[in-house]
Amino acid sequence: MVREERQMRAENRLVLAHVYTATAAIVVGAVFGLLQAYSRASAISLPSTFDYYRVLTLHGILMALVFTTFFITGLALFVAYRQVPRARRLFVGWLGWGTMLAGTLMAAYEVLAGNATVLYTFYAPLKASPFFYIGATLLVLGTWVVAFEVFENVVFFKRTTGAPRLPLALFTIAATFVMWWVATLGVVAEMGLLLPWSLGWTSGINVMLTRMFFWYFGHPLVYFWIMGAYVIWYTVIPTRFGGKVFSDGLTRLTFIMLLLLSTPVGIHHEFMEPGISTTWKLLHTIMTYGVAIPSFLTAFAIFATFEIAARAQGRRGLVAIVGGLPWRDPVFAGAAYGMLLFIAGGFGGLINASYEMDSVVHNTIWIVGHFHITVGGPVALTFLGASYWLIPKLTGRALWTPGLALLQVQTWFVGMVLMSFSMHFAGLLGAPRRTAEVAYAGSHVAAAWQPYMIAAAAGGLLLTISIAIFALVAIGTLLANDKSEDMHVAFAEAAPGGEPSPPIFEHLFRWGAVALLLAVAAYSGPLGELLRHPGFLAPGMRTW
Amino acid sequence: MHVHRYERIWMTFGIGMLLVFLTIVLVAAFADNMNPPSDMMQIDPTKVASTPPFERPGLRSLGNGRYEAYYVARIFAFSPNILRVPLGSTVTFYVTSPDVVHGFNIAHTAVNMMVIPGWVNSATHTFRTPGTYLLVCNEYCGIEHQTMFGSLEVR
Repeated sequence: MVREERQMRAENRLVLAHVYTATAAIVVGAVFGLLQAYSRASAISLPSTFDYYRVLTLHGILMALVFTTFFITGLALFVAYRQVPRARRLFVGWLGWGTMLAGTLMAAYEVLAGNATVLYTFYAPLKASPFFYIGATLLVLGTWVVAFEVFENVVFFKRTTGAPRLPLALFTIAATFVMWWVATLGVVAEMGLLLPWSLGWTSGINVMLTRMFFWYFGHPLVYFWIMGAYVIWYTVIPTRFGGKVFSDGLTRLTFIMLLLLSTPVGIHHEFMEPGISTTWKLLHTIMTYGVAIPSFLTAFAIFATFEIAARAQGRRGLVAIVGGLPWRDPVFAGAAYGMLLFIAGGFGGLINASYEMDSVVHNTIWIVGHFHITVGGPVALTFLGASYWLIPKLTGRALWTPGLALLQVQTWFVGMVLMSFSMHFAGLLGAPRRTAEVAYAGSHVAAAWQPYMIAAAAGGLLLTISIAIFALVAIGTLLANDKSEDMHVAFAEAAPGGEPSPPIFEHLFRWGAVALLLAVAAYSGPLGELLRHPGFLAPGMRTW
Repeated sequence: MHVHRYERIWMTFGIGMLLVFLTIVLVAAFADNMNPPSDMMQIDPTKVASTPPFERPGLRSLGNGRYEAYYVARIFAFSPNILRVPLGSTVTFYVTSPDVVHGFNIAHTAVNMMVIPGWVNSATHTFRTPGTYLLVCNEYCGIEHQTMFGSLEVR
């Protein structure tokens, strides 16, 4: 075997470790999700040693933090390694994965043992065991190691090639991790308060301050997922039908806008809270509207990519353009169904961000419907679909039964529509999120929510069946051992001869500094208000 | 950087739509005074039971059909558990917590707020429809969270 081949295989093993950890997280997380949906529909009652809130905490952590993060770190390393081919040692890469995994296992153990039933938002003064916070911190710090590995390859590429621009895929994933670094400063700062408090080194905690740090991180977290999906939409999906990236410059601009605007918007999660004045809440509403703009750019770019490819193949008219897309390809279909869900999810997000209108939906199950149709829609469907491209490219094994893989993304789409729409409707009727059951002692108001809860549980069952198929295809691909897949990969680029993008776009780290300044400016007011009203420090409680 | 003509049209439409939404939000906020609960009042959560008016939670009349309702949200109950409200009255709800974070949502109204220990939050609603309203805690507060609810009798 030639040296380059051996090098590539070693890199693939590291990327696979990330992808399979993500796969394990979504499989386990889906089973927990089903238990919750059945519990809320009053179909089952969970035992006290494995209660609803423990299951809910683990479901949230596994899906929102572990599945998404491991998939994106895997994708990042894959893009960095393939677009910057060189002899390299993988020590840093494995250190990142090991740190993330150790943190995940530590936090998950604490939740299972009943020491951290604090949900994935771990709001103080609910006080989990120190190991829970240490585990969560390790998970985040591990991603910083991966980010370092990506940035090191960016710097190496610039230094050794002298090329004026990064390859497009590398640019997009690097922008994603610059944004992630700015965002995760918030949760690391929060851990700096929570950890000494849970260890008993400090006697009390400023509850509002921890919430503000959490949401400084919590909103860009969702944009981290979206950017990971956008990397695939822009640079992988066009390769499934011989298309080109619509515009190199606008793609880079989209990612720079996401980098700048994802963080200074987090107060829209805290509209219903005391201690933050309406001025700052309105300002964050306006900023949140701004972060919709790069998604409008993306919608245009993706549909333009479809149309230009269709024209090049002699297909004209809406029916021919849409019908000619590779709907039987699970990689394409996953992303495309995800895009459909994101149209609904995006508008739902604008509703939630709309200041006073949020009082109709805040903390109702509408919100749960919203983040399932976003992170469970465009993000999860894109990642699940992309796994059918990534796993063959990483193992050299052809995908086992693409027909089953297609059925998987289709059932996920139908299940998600059923579940998330039911949740949205029940939320409008006032059904709360985060509760084990919604009977409320036979209240007639609550009785109206029940049919929606049953429909949501039916959707949840479809989603779980879908994930079982996913696991079957992933394992089947390994067992079938059909080593006919070409492991080389080409990411989509803009058509040659196009206008080059402005050189100023390339200064990603400086854009990161601007993003940090914007975030600090947007939080200076609310943070200042809190520090002027420090008030009481909560000792912390264990109410589970 | 060249931007395609269709894309200019699309982006004008998109940004224009955002501006329309924003105008609606701002008009509602400034003309109709519709703002989310953003109270700045603080309280010592260890002394809620002895701090007036939270030492006796319940309804207080201000005259002219206006009322104040003082609530304590604690694990795992609201005090008062049942509130009788005259039909047509305008009630401002003041809520605080002596322990962890709770939610305060009266279903089918826009009274929906976070209750943070150390802070008092408030929201106002005019009850124009008679009936039994369901009050729920809509933030996870512990193992019996699902049992934390109350009701309002509007007659």
